[in-house]
Amino acid sequence: MKRIGVLALQGAVREHLQTIEACGAEAVPVKKPAELLDLDALVLPGGESTTMRRLIDRYRFMDPLRDFAETGKPMFGTCAGLILLAGEVAGYEEPHLGVMDVKVERNSFGRQIDSFEADLEIKGLDAPFNAVFIRAPHIISAGPDTEVLCEYDGKIVMARTAQFLGCSFHPELTSDHRITEYFINMISVEHQSITI
Amino acid sequence: MNQQGTNRVKRGMAEMQKGGVIMDVVNAEQARIAEAAGATAVMALERVPSDIRRDGGVARMADPRITEEVMKAVSIPVMAKARIGHIVEARVLEAMGVDYIDESEVLTPADEEFHLLKERYTVPFVCGCRNLGEAARRIGEGASMLRTKGEPGTGNIVEAVRHLRQVNSEVLKVVHMSEDELMTEARNLGASYEFLREVKSLGRLPVVNFAAGGVATPADAALMMELGADGVFVGSGIFKSESPEKFARAIVEATTHYQDYQLIAELSKNLGIAMQGIEISKIAAGERMQERGW
Repeated sequence: MKRIGVLALQGAVREHLQTIEACGAEAVPVKKPAELLDLDALVLPGGESTTMRRLIDRYRFMDPLRDFAETGKPMFGTCAGLILLAGEVAGYEEPHLGVMDVKVERNSFGRQIDSFEADLEIKGLDAPFNAVFIRAPHIISAGPDTEVLCEYDGKIVMARTAQFLGCSFHPELTSDHRITEYFINMISVEHQSITI
Repeated sequence: MNQQGTNRVKRGMAEMQKGGVIMDVVNAEQARIAEAAGATAVMALERVPSDIRRDGGVARMADPRITEEVMKAVSIPVMAKARIGHIVEARVLEAMGVDYIDESEVLTPADEEFHLLKERYTVPFVCGCRNLGEAARRIGEGASMLRTKGEPGTGNIVEAVRHLRQVNSEVLKVVHMSEDELMTEARNLGASYEFLREVKSLGRLPVVNFAAGGVATPADAALMMELGADGVFVGSGIFKSESPEKFARAIVEATTHYQDYQLIAELSKNLGIAMQGIEISKIAAGERMQERGW
């Protein structure tokens, strides 16, 4: 059975664990760097990126997470998780993990009162996906090897660079598991997908 | 089609706060300290609960200038308090773009009979509760997040523990109840039948429930997580302690690693003096904030 970790420092951890299990894989909460061993893939959940970053630094997660990224195993960031993966964060000098070739902007749809649900057309999915955006970031620009999987209102909200998948919204908050299934399926093709 | 202010969007925002610490702040400087320490949100207000308790008088929504100052200072969500039943304070906070409103018993109630009909707002609300009946009524009115009431501004965790245990034991009771007992339980609790059916099918409350009202140390925060809180509000406990930065960081870390007791021991060392606490029995019944709201 595929073992998928969810970084469990803060945020929507429970929802990701339940979604992964609903897709037939084993879900593992990751609170300590040693728990990254023996995983096939890792989810960086939604939450507050500043909080997660502080806890990543405090518990020396940064190098183990970058090492994990180098193994070629898939990583999926939702909302705050996308911000952690991004190579560049608008308005900040340094990225967090900086492993995915995209530039993101935080809170780019506005404050909480501007948060919304919308039906998205996502490449590779046969029917629209109802997505929940909460103080969401978006991808301002994507590198040449990044495949844009979805745009909403002229903004990139889902993309994939090799083994890295990121989206602005929260698939874990809905009962539609197609995006997590897509991510889990990336595990079996991981070696073909390392093109960078 | 883009829909704002749906239950999913409003409750989802609270889901993103889980495992986090929301800190009371009264100015931009405190807000920046809270953010740097790893707070998942800040609550902007004019006086922290212990000062409200000490000063007495009517406690109202904060001066909008303070809330705006805090909103400009940090990138994390900003919450603010409105008085129970004060429609206009709530609408003002919504118009200012505050991310979450706390319809709070820490402020002096504006209405002693009716809470806000929170489902009518685009902005989400958090409300206090002491038991499943209060939780049900607040969710029924449209609250998207709950917190225990505890006894704010005391630095004494005992009431928050009581309220969290009460809510959770009542949830467990409903979950294990036979279907045909739910209607009578609904009547007894003052909860709707539909709400209890939802709790039973989910096996938990339908919204996030944080602990609040008395958290003063890293161990207090960890205790509330151990008892099943989704996260922690800290009111006076940080900026009324001797070293707010240290307390703020230690409480954030203890909340994440609430079962790592060696770590909590380390985190608790050399923090300086915690906020001074108050024995609950020393507070006159009429001055207990938890009695506000119904």
